[in-house]
Amino acid sequence: MSSSQPRGLLWSDDRGGTVFLGLLAAVAILVPLLNQAVPASSPLHLSTYVLTLLGKYLCYMMLAIAVDLIWGYAGILSLGHAAFFALGGYGMGMYLMRQIGTRGVYGDPVLPDFMVFLNWTKLPWFWLGFNHFWFALLMMALVPASLAFVFGWLAFRSRVTGVYLSIMTQALSYALMLAFFRNDMGFGGNNGFTDFKELLGFDLQSDRTRVVLLVATAIALGASYRACRLIVSSRAGRVLRAIRDAESRTRFLGYRVESYKLWVFVISAVIAGVAGALYVPQVGIINPSEFAPINSIEVVIWVAMGGRGTLYGAAAGAILVNYAKTYLTGALPEAWLYVLGAMFVLVTVFLPRGLMGLMTAEARAK
Amino acid sequence: MNARVLATPEPTSPSGPPMILGALGSRPHAQAASLQDGKILYLEDLTVSFDGFKALNALTFYMDPGELRCIIGPNGAGKTTMMDVITGKTRPDRGSAWFGRSVDLLTLTEPQIAQAGIGRKFQKPTVFESLTVFENLELSLAGDKSFWKTLLARLTMGQRDRIDAVLAVIGLVQQRVALAGTLSHGQKQWLEIGMLLMQEPELLLVDEPVAGMTPQETERTAELLLSLAGDHSVIVVEHDMDFVRSIAKQVTVLHEGSVLAEGDMDYVQNHPRVIEVYLGA
Repeated sequence: MSSSQPRGLLWSDDRGGTVFLGLLAAVAILVPLLNQAVPASSPLHLSTYVLTLLGKYLCYMMLAIAVDLIWGYAGILSLGHAAFFALGGYGMGMYLMRQIGTRGVYGDPVLPDFMVFLNWTKLPWFWLGFNHFWFALLMMALVPASLAFVFGWLAFRSRVTGVYLSIMTQALSYALMLAFFRNDMGFGGNNGFTDFKELLGFDLQSDRTRVVLLVATAIALGASYRACRLIVSSRAGRVLRAIRDAESRTRFLGYRVESYKLWVFVISAVIAGVAGALYVPQVGIINPSEFAPINSIEVVIWVAMGGRGTLYGAAAGAILVNYAKTYLTGALPEAWLYVLGAMFVLVTVFLPRGLMGLMTAEARAK
Repeated sequence: MNARVLATPEPTSPSGPPMILGALGSRPHAQAASLQDGKILYLEDLTVSFDGFKALNALTFYMDPGELRCIIGPNGAGKTTMMDVITGKTRPDRGSAWFGRSVDLLTLTEPQIAQAGIGRKFQKPTVFESLTVFENLELSLAGDKSFWKTLLARLTMGQRDRIDAVLAVIGLVQQRVALAGTLSHGQKQWLEIGMLLMQEPELLLVDEPVAGMTPQETERTAELLLSLAGDHSVIVVEHDMDFVRSIAKQVTVLHEGSVLAEGDMDYVQNHPRVIEVYLGA
């Protein structure tokens, strides 16, 4: 085996990435066409259901890429990334709640329904500004980033690594879930936010708005992929891989390992937050169950399934596992969790580099 | 070179003509003038004790610039502790340690000592296995190592030449794009020495370089270390006596934390005390 081979396939020319971005562009063009231009009577027409499902998958793919960036390249196994996703989602949810205005059940022009229900008389301070889209947009990135920064700063500086770090991320997510379940937190308790009406004045129930959201998600996903790709193919990316393989040796070369981990963790949290923000208007609801530890673990399974350390592999894993989930929870609801567990075990044992590892191995054999 | 000895921090951008290691001797001897009238390393009266056990006992040791010195001694003689003091890992209870005439090693931290020009290769080779040989050397380049700087860093022609020159020195030109994980044990050791050379150290501390090597690899390592001496000062700690004989002009024998004998191989091998405590055992 020529030793330059795996390098050529994985790093130098990003063939997998080109295919991925090509497919993404095709989805962003074909889906709007099939939904909007093809009449509903035609068998080629894409239903609202499939449209929404695809939009949801794209958000999951973004989350998977965010996890692969830190796990596949820097060796940081986060079992709490759904927390950043949910925080971004709550940011969007707050904006959408403020957009409802007088159309709520209680018709209060300022207060969302759940606050009226709790007999609150004025908006809590942390809700201020969320009536402006730009402000909400900023918060969707800034809140996950700040949390990741504080958490990462404390954890990486104390050199918490491996399974201990994973447990801490899991605990972080769980703690947030419990906090958001509380009514007096001011985030709608266990019901969360729902019943959204419009985004920037566009009706969220119309297919046209959903198509625009899907295209926006596809663009955000493509941009995230490119950004992560730039990071991992830079010298900083090589330092990250060095940290993953031999952390203390990297430190000995003069690299401040904790700051590398911290920055990449923050970037990953922002991508996860944006994915969550795009997810909420498409599925129409956000509640504390998004913080549930099982969600974060599922993301890790997507990435392991697709093959970590390739980025597009993580995205492929996300769509495959989620398609299986969509299908099986419909056809055989009881079987889903067993299938998920079996998939994880099989991939770990037989395909340590995931499905993408299988494909590169095949390409090498040719 | 004076600036180096004064332990000024490494400039963040590669300034001046790129120092090409190809002709490793490109470092003009005149530049080492500050060292010529003295030694590169002065260790005087060093004492280190761990719970009453004296790992170093009033050790005094000098070394000339450009010298290749082997240090031998039975286990517990203080070889590793001596390295630890030089690199700032262990602080002595007593004594002084100077690098050249102006760098007081006892006041500097480990990274500062590395920056001042002392490089150390540990016993067990650790290279980044999923990176190529070239990339391993790239990451060892001196310079600004912050996240945002390396995110945008591009190799300059000078740096590229330097990496290629080091590849030639360590004999891994053929393996330039090979993953470091695919190298043999000996090649990993050389790569690690190459990573050390990237940081342009004046003094190299090499701990057991030939442990676990095949005879051919051992021979190649001897050539490599001999080629480094002169432009660099090299201290080698080694147990393999044949290897020491093949490279050393000067050998220092440590015993119970102090120097027992110092001289060429024949001298120390015939030294009655050395035979008594070590070789003749």
